Amino acid sequence: MMFAQGSFYVLAAVAVVSALLVITRRNPVHSAIYLIVTLLSVALLYLQLQAEFIAAVQIILYIGGIMVLFLFVIMLVKLDVALRQPPFNQQWWVAGAAALVLAVELVGVIYLGRGTAALPQAPPGSLQPNTELIGRTLYQNYMLPFEIASLLLLVAMVGAVLMARRKAS
Amino acid sequence: MTLLLETLKPYLLPLIRVLVVFLGISLIVAYLVYAERKILAHLQVRLGPMRVGPHGLLQPIADGLKLLLKEDIMPAGADKGVFLLAPVISVIAAFTAFSLIPFAPNFYITDVNVGLLFLIGISSLGILGIILGGWASNSHYPLLGALRSTAQLVSYEVALGFALVSALLLAGTLSMVAIVEAQQRQGVWFVFLQPVAFFILFVAAIAETNRNPFDLPEAESELVAGFHTEYSGFRFSLYFLAEYAAMILVSSIAVTLFLGGWLRPFARVRALDFLDFTPVAVLVLAAAWCFRECFRYPATREWRWQRLLLLGLGVGALGISAGLLLPARFLPGGGEGLPAFPALTAIQGVFWFMSKVFLFLFGFIWFRGTFPRYRFDQLMSLGWHFMIPVAIANVIFCSLAIVLSRQMGWGLPATLWLGTAATLLVAALLRREKA
Repeated sequence: MMFAQGSFYVLAAVAVVSALLVITRRNPVHSAIYLIVTLLSVALLYLQLQAEFIAAVQIILYIGGIMVLFLFVIMLVKLDVALRQPPFNQQWWVAGAAALVLAVELVGVIYLGRGTAALPQAPPGSLQPNTELIGRTLYQNYMLPFEIASLLLLVAMVGAVLMARRKAS
Repeated sequence: MTLLLETLKPYLLPLIRVLVVFLGISLIVAYLVYAERKILAHLQVRLGPMRVGPHGLLQPIADGLKLLLKEDIMPAGADKGVFLLAPVISVIAAFTAFSLIPFAPNFYITDVNVGLLFLIGISSLGILGIILGGWASNSHYPLLGALRSTAQLVSYEVALGFALVSALLLAGTLSMVAIVEAQQRQGVWFVFLQPVAFFILFVAAIAETNRNPFDLPEAESELVAGFHTEYSGFRFSLYFLAEYAAMILVSSIAVTLFLGGWLRPFARVRALDFLDFTPVAVLVLAAAWCFRECFRYPATREWRWQRLLLLGLGVGALGISAGLLLPARFLPGGGEGLPAFPALTAIQGVFWFMSKVFLFLFGFIWFRGTFPRYRFDQLMSLGWHFMIPVAIANVIFCSLAIVLSRQMGWGLPATLWLGTAATLLVAALLRREKA
């Protein structure tokens, strides 16, 4: 138990600190690296919650897919210009205030509701077939929403390709 | 002292296994480079490394020493931290993935119920090392190499994923051990049920490991050495290690999914049980070769060490094969409940697994020796216009076949071959359209 708690706090701290570094680094490649660290530690947190499937998918999709494409695009950017630009614009204090309000709200809600919404304990021990469970839930219980979501993504993808093409020609 | 041992006991065996796998893979990488040079040389009617040790057998050690002692150069404009970090990422990703490979039923580090997904995830981290290394060098050719590598990996990962799905449809599980067990239960390696998926996996694996004919990220005629142009000495050797470890890794994945992992060929045919003695036969043959070479070498003083080394190797191989043939009844306690040849049975799985992996690796080297390199647009067009559609068609037809065989009670292999035929039809149509 001690070990589990300790590793949770370590992972959470790593995630938060590197997330802060993501927004404060001037060099976009460094930001991307810290974002990868954040995503990895979140994946490890999933692993700790015995959600192996989600942890694996988090690594494959976010790090292996999205972050690789991010880096691909960043490498094509002229770094000298990016390094001279300030990383924050004029509205940073508005965003900061909004984030603070949200944080206060979250803490308040969790504090007020701590009696009624007790978090269930994770069942101790072994591997559960969580791939099978997710597959069943997605493709049997929530088939329609799943298909609608994928259609939406398809439309977005086609739209993005169309916009990119128009600009080129 | 005993308390310490008791608390460490559950960690001890996995730790030993980790060490064995780590050292074993490093050793295989070293000799894989030697094998590559030798095989390429013989393909071109040359001799290859011959000087260091008999037949150049000690060449990997000399190479390793050279790489370690070389000057470690960093370009002036490089991004220091990232430059140092990048090769380490590649190596860690390549080696971590081996913790999920089942080398034998009695020898694997861990088995997770999402094993294959984790493997894909961890090995896709390796590409970050390539991208960051290419970028951090702050030089033209590495950057171009890194960009090419990214585009190539992202493109071929899609086809690779669909090929894996085809195999998973048959196995019904993501756990690597259970995939091999499924092949044992069904009595057939999945390559015979899913030849198209196997082919796509193989081609995509070559592309993923940046090997010829898809080695554009390090095409020496265009990019000097691609993403690792600016790396030298120890850091370069890290990239080297990662690349060859990745080759072994993709071969292991292909072997586990399609070639029955640790299973012997015709594992169910009792009449072929004599195949269990193949390890001994291989060792005896190797010993015989050593002795023959030992006598063929000139009997002068300069060759004395080489002859002694060959003699030692031969005796060692004979000794190991004798150890493998140690009957159970000579063991203390009479070997109650043990198979007739305990040592031979124990290494059975690892032997067949590694033999299949070496078959793959030989293929990698053979291709490098024979195929001309693709042009980059050809590579992209092959990936997106041919491999991915065919892989998707294969998944669709094979899942249809599985459903049909379940609903109508048709035999699974026949239905799957029908699905494969449909996929091949699609592939032929695609080729025709392009021509």
